[in-house]
Formats: sequence, C-alpha cells, structure tokens
Amino acid sequence: MIRIQARTEPSSLMKVASPLLAILLTLIFGSILFSAIGKSPLQALQVLLIAPLADTYNIGEMFVKMGPLLLCAVGLSLCYRANMWNIGAEGQLLAGALGGSAMALYFIDSDSAIALPVTLLAGIASGMIWAAVPTFLKLRFNSNLILTTIMFNYIALYLLIWAVHGPLRDPQGFGFPESAMFTQATLLPTLFESSRIHLGIVFAILSGIIGWFILSKTHLGFQIRVFGADEPAARYAGFNSKKLSWLVMLFAGALAGLAGVSETTGPIGQLVPNVSPGYGYSAIIVAYLGRLHPIGAIIAAIFMAVIYMGGDLAQIEMGIPVAVVSMFQGVLLFFLLACDFFINNRLSFSNQATN
Amino acid sequence: MKTHNSISRLELANITKQYPGCLANDNVSLILMPGEIHALLGENGAGKSTLVKTIYGVVAPDKGDIIWDGKEVSIKSPSMARDLGIGMVFQHFSLFETLTVSENIELCLSKHQLNKIGDLAARITQLSTEYGLNVDPSRYIHSLSIGERQRVEIMRCLVQSVKLLILDEPTSVLTPQEVAGLFDVLRTLSKEGCSILFISHKLHEVTEICHKATILRGGKVVDTCIPNEETPATIAKMMVGDLAEQEAGYTKAEGKTVVFSVNNLSLPSKQPFGTTLKNINLDLKAGEILGIAGVAGNGQDELMAIISGEDTRNVKQTISLNNLDIGHLHAGERRKLGMAYVPEERLGRGAVPDMSLTENTLLTHSEGFIKNGLVQWQSIKDYTKDLITKYKIKCHGEFSEAKSLSGGNLQKFIMGREIGQNPKILICAHPTWGVDVGAALAIHQALLQLRDKGAAILLISEDIDELFLLADRMAAVCNGHLSPLVKTEHTNIDQIGQWMAGTFINNTSAHTQEQEAKA
Repeated sequence: MIRIQARTEPSSLMKVASPLLAILLTLIFGSILFSAIGKSPLQALQVLLIAPLADTYNIGEMFVKMGPLLLCAVGLSLCYRANMWNIGAEGQLLAGALGGSAMALYFIDSDSAIALPVTLLAGIASGMIWAAVPTFLKLRFNSNLILTTIMFNYIALYLLIWAVHGPLRDPQGFGFPESAMFTQATLLPTLFESSRIHLGIVFAILSGIIGWFILSKTHLGFQIRVFGADEPAARYAGFNSKKLSWLVMLFAGALAGLAGVSETTGPIGQLVPNVSPGYGYSAIIVAYLGRLHPIGAIIAAIFMAVIYMGGDLAQIEMGIPVAVVSMFQGVLLFFLLACDFFINNRLSFSNQATN
Repeated sequence: MKTHNSISRLELANITKQYPGCLANDNVSLILMPGEIHALLGENGAGKSTLVKTIYGVVAPDKGDIIWDGKEVSIKSPSMARDLGIGMVFQHFSLFETLTVSENIELCLSKHQLNKIGDLAARITQLSTEYGLNVDPSRYIHSLSIGERQRVEIMRCLVQSVKLLILDEPTSVLTPQEVAGLFDVLRTLSKEGCSILFISHKLHEVTEICHKATILRGGKVVDTCIPNEETPATIAKMMVGDLAEQEAGYTKAEGKTVVFSVNNLSLPSKQPFGTTLKNINLDLKAGEILGIAGVAGNGQDELMAIISGEDTRNVKQTISLNNLDIGHLHAGERRKLGMAYVPEERLGRGAVPDMSLTENTLLTHSEGFIKNGLVQWQSIKDYTKDLITKYKIKCHGEFSEAKSLSGGNLQKFIMGREIGQNPKILICAHPTWGVDVGAALAIHQALLQLRDKGAAILLISEDIDELFLLADRMAAVCNGHLSPLVKTEHTNIDQIGQWMAGTFINNTSAHTQEQEAKA
C-alpha cells in the first residue's frame, strides 16, 4: 500500500531536485500533447528547447527576453521571501515603460549625456510608484495585496494603451498607436555588433547578484527571511514590518520599472501597446522555479527565456500555436508545486496496514 | 473503589509504536481496573501522549494488543473509542467558542446517541447536578472560564456514558480551588466504576488522587507504583532515572531601585475574545524576580504583548524604563534599551523553526554582530557554539534547525540567547512549561544567576509551585486585573489561589470600575 507520510525533516535533495523533476515532467507532458495534435514530439521539443540556443542570433534573442524576466523575478523573490504577495510585476513593468518613454520623448531632440540615465531613472521611479500604492493600501487599510497588485496591472496596461493612442502618439505616425522612435541619446547601447543584446541584461544579472547579497549577507536580508519564514518570530524580535514591506516592494517595483524602461529604450526603441508578452507574470514562475533565490532566478530565467523563444520558433517552423508557451508555463508551475509537496512529505510503501 | 469483578477495564499488552526517527512506545503494557484512577507519568517525550492516543484510536500501534472489558479490540478511530465508552479530554480543548455548551456537545454525538438521550439540555443539567459540574447548557463557550470549559469537555464524555476517561494534564490550566473541584468529580466518577487515566506533571496531585501509577521513560515502562505510598520526590526520581535534584528552595533576594514600571495601564483587547487589561500597576526592581500567577487567558498574553512592544498600540504614558516613557517604542527599540523576552511559544515565535540555531541567535541578538549592515556570520556561529556548550543544549550543532530540538533544549537555547544579551529587564513567560526536570533546573539556575547580577525579571507562569520557588515578590492576574504585589514569604498558595480566582478585584479596583461606569 502506498501512503503519504510527513518527513521528519524537509528533504534537501528534493529542494534541489524538485524544479528539475518538474521540468522533466513538463517535457513528458508536452511530448504527449504534441503527439496528440499530430506533431512529432521530438521535433517539437528540439524546436522549443534546443533551437533557441542553436546559433548566436538566437542566443542573443534569448538574452533579450531573459533580461526583463530576471529583473522582475529578483524583485519578486525578495517580496515572496517577506510574504508580500506582489503579483504586480507586470503592472510595475508597464508603468516603468510608460514613465521612461515619456521621459525619452521629452529628450527626443536632445543629445545630452544625461538623457539616458534620466530616462532610466524615470522608469525606475514609475515602477516604484506603481508598487507603492498597493503597498500603502495594504499597510494602511490592510487591503489584500494580491488583489490590488493585479488591479494595478490592468490600470497600468490601459493607461499605457491610452497614452500611445493619445498624448504620446507619434504625430507623424499615420495614426498608429505608437510613440515616435526614441533618439539615440535615450537608447540603451547594445553589447555586441549584429545582436540586439543590450545593457538591460547587465542590469538583470547585477540585480540577481545584488538580491543574493542582500538576502544572505545583510541584516536587512536576514530580517526579510525571518519575516517570510515566521512572522510571529519577526514581531517578537522587534523587526519593523512596515519598513521591510516598503523596502521589498519598492525594490521589486524599481527592478520591474527598470525592466520596462529597458524594453522600450532597448530592443523596441519606442513605446508600443504590447511592450511585454506577460514578462511580469512569467517572472512569478521564474521566481518559484529559482527557489526564491536570486541566483536560482538567473538559471530559471534562462530556461523561461528559452521557452519564450522556442514558442516563437515552434509557431514559425511547425505551426504550433503560440499559446503553447503559456500552457508550458502553466504546466510547469503546476508540476513544480506538486513536486514541492515532496520536500516535506514522502511516499511510503508499506504493508503494515494489513496487520 | 468498587470492583464489579476481576475483569480489567482495559489492558494494553506490548504496545509498540515507531515514528520516523523515534520509538515512541516500546512494549508498553498496562492494566486498568474499573474505578481505578491511574496516573501516567514521564518526562516530555516519554511516550505518554502516543500511548493515550493509541487508546483513543488516534494512533494505530505497530504491534501489541488492546483488551477492553476482556475482549481484544482494535480501536481504529476516536468515534470507535467513544462507542466503546472511552472519553478523552485533551490538553487543548476542542470547543467552538461561538456555540453554546449543548451545541458543542451535540456536535460529537451520533444520531443514534442523540435519539437515546432525548432532551440533551435536560440530560446535561441532570448530570451537572449529579456530579457537581455546574455546567449551564445554554451558555456560550467564549463566556466560560478555562476551568468551566474543561468541565464542558468532561461533560461531553459523561453524556456518552463513559467507562474510561482519559485526561491529558487536566490541572495545568486550573486554579488550586478548581483543581480541588475537579478531583471531587473524578472521585465520584471512580466510585461509580469509571476508570480514569490521568497524565500529569504535578506529582503531588498524583500522590493525592491516583490509585496506581505507571512511569514511562524513553517509550518504555520503567516502573509502576502505588502513589500514596510514595512521595513526590521518590516518584520524580523514578521519572528522571538518576537522581533529580528537586529544589530545596532557592534563596530569596530583595530588589533595590525600581527600573521598570507600568502605571494605570488599561487597554481593550485586540481579539474579540481576548482579555481587556484593567488599570494595571506594577513596578519591577533591579535584582528581583517578580512572579505573576494566573490561569491562562486572564490577560497574561495581552500584558506581555504590550510590555514587549509586540502590541504596537501607543501607550506612551503608562510604561516606563528607568523613568523614560517607552510606551510608544516598538519592540526592537525596547530591546535596544536592554529589554529581553522569553515568549510562551518557543517554536514559531521564540525561534524560527526552519532556521539554524546560528540564525536564531541573530534573531534577537544582533548587537556586535552587524558591521555596516552586514552580518558577521562567523562570529555568530562561534557565539552560538559557546551557547550550546554553556547551556548543555542537546543538538547536532549550531547548524541544526530550531525545530529539530526538543522543547526543553530549545527553551534552554532561547533562555541562553536572551540572558546572553545581559538584559536589564527580562520578561519571561512560562519558562519551564512542558520542560523536563533536568532542563527546568538548568533554567532556574540561569534565571537566579541573572537576578543576582542585578537584572530585573518578570516571570509570568501558570505553575504556582514554580513561582513560589523562584519569585521574590508575587501577584496574580484575573480577568485583566492585577492583584497587589506581595513578598513571597508574606503570602501562601491559598491567598495566591484566591487572587487567581479574582477575590482581590472588588477591593482594589472598585474605584476604577466606578470610573469606568461613569465614562
């Protein structure tokens, strides 16, 4: 008879193995699904997972997608460590894109050296403001952070759409809902010739390292971890919950805002309605896949970026609907949570029950 | 004791239960006659709870037989145990606060039983007078005291015509007077042939009421005895094995200057069924232990929370440390001024379960371990190693997670951590609750040493014996009121017991209540 038994101690093996196992199960599930819609599972997986890393152009594109995912995921990891259930990275990213773009358009005729830093700061500040409002509502009125951050995602999205249809629309754009192309002074420099990899990826990897440093080396990070692990203990120890809540939320907002402004000033070069293909939401999965650890998030972000790339390629090369990407992400999160169950539980095969 | 025949009520033969990493019961055998009051004794983790849970059908034994009224049975669930006539009162009551007494009792009865009883309320009233339980079926649980709630739990068993009543540490939450009442009920039940299995840490109670005792250690039966032929000291010896140096009384000290005081503190409760603090006045002197007795839920938690600053409401004018108002400071700021706390819940509040002892040291002890916001992990590690050696904490090392420690060892760690900060004021709740005799002794020594170094200690405990042992001055709380403070040698258990029941309230706070009425 198979029974589920609580482990006396959480399995440290499963803590590491769980994401790998979840990826494996997702791939198996994907293969079955591809067979069911009449595609060769091997070819599909090849296109989805291998092709994105097959040549330098694709690898470059992969890094372009990894940047915003990682920036958002690092901020979310810190939030979730502190039990702040911020689902609003998407909105904070869009706010950053909007605020940054407004600043970039202000500099449209400028070649000032401060144009780019100021544009980036505007994006960061916008992301922080977008994170600050739900945080304030939670701390002041005890509103549900999950709900308010989701609502703010929609507000940011429609605000952005309104802006590209209205005040920020390019007057010479033939009525298309797009801003003017930004001037060179406000564009992020690319890292290599013939590739779209830009400075954003450096910001992202730096953010991962900074996030790791904060969590494991600083007293502040320790307090954040205690808060997430055991709130009564944090209160007993006298940690300032408001201060910590503000800190992680503003940090996450700043990173998401930076992700947003890096998209518009990086690969896109202007403000468009679809700045993000749901990076802020996927970052939630990245954060969990990375075990809420900023360094883990780097690895998880690569994987997620590959799936994004692979989804595009699968659509082009095999006619597989692009919805397969969302499905893959959903199934992955599902399997991850299921595998995490076995960190604290195990199956026991016994025949004692017959006694 | 009336014995109907020679058939035992319950016989356990070679009960064995293995948990992952721990043999909870190892070939435990026990015989319980009808009408017998049988004590089950042992330190924490000796296997008492597992054994009674086996009898009540919560835990399935790996090996061994249960013989009930001469027939071998396998008790698969609590409802099956209840059908056999086994009732159990857990340490933590399982009552719904928003329902009435009779609704609560109705919840655990089957349809069949309900039909048999007919009018439940009438039955409760009848049993209530028969046994002197004084339970009103129409009252809401939240309006009852802890002692009354316990009587509701007992009533729940009586309604089902119980033949064996299991009580898990029933007296730990009662005033001395309530304990006497409970014992009367138990004696009546015993005379009628109901067997009682009684788990307790309080040995003088065992010698007072129990006919037989079984002593467990490390999951095994190490001894049985007839308690009224023994003294608490000899039973304690059986429990711990090697000689337990039970107290011969510690020396008392006299406090010097007042370092901490609470003045006219009145504060409504945050929780709907919490206790409102009413005009609390206390002063704490350097070099003394002030003990506060009281039955759980009479305002201790609320008092502790507002003193420590965990309750963040501003009470600026009412709490002062060295003549400095600190009522507006939050818990962390108060710690910086030299206050330290040992909370009632160890795991989940006093220590983070999933963090190592090193990290748990940093939880409250950060002074000297932080440079420019960075944690000096290596020095904390070394410091934690010293704590472990100094307080003889049994664990694998400073990397062990807090939850892997036994309750007593974790308590020693928390005490050590708080004392290690050389606090001026230590607020300590239930320092040895559920801790075995050896660890309790170590904790007492640590507290006394701290006092003799000149710290002021506020000790909140339900264990009145311990308070008399340690405290230099004492008071009691009842329903949010604090009694006058007296020197321990000028009072006695009876007086404190009466204060715990609230006899002081009319004298000292009639004045305040008048004011409240006017307001």
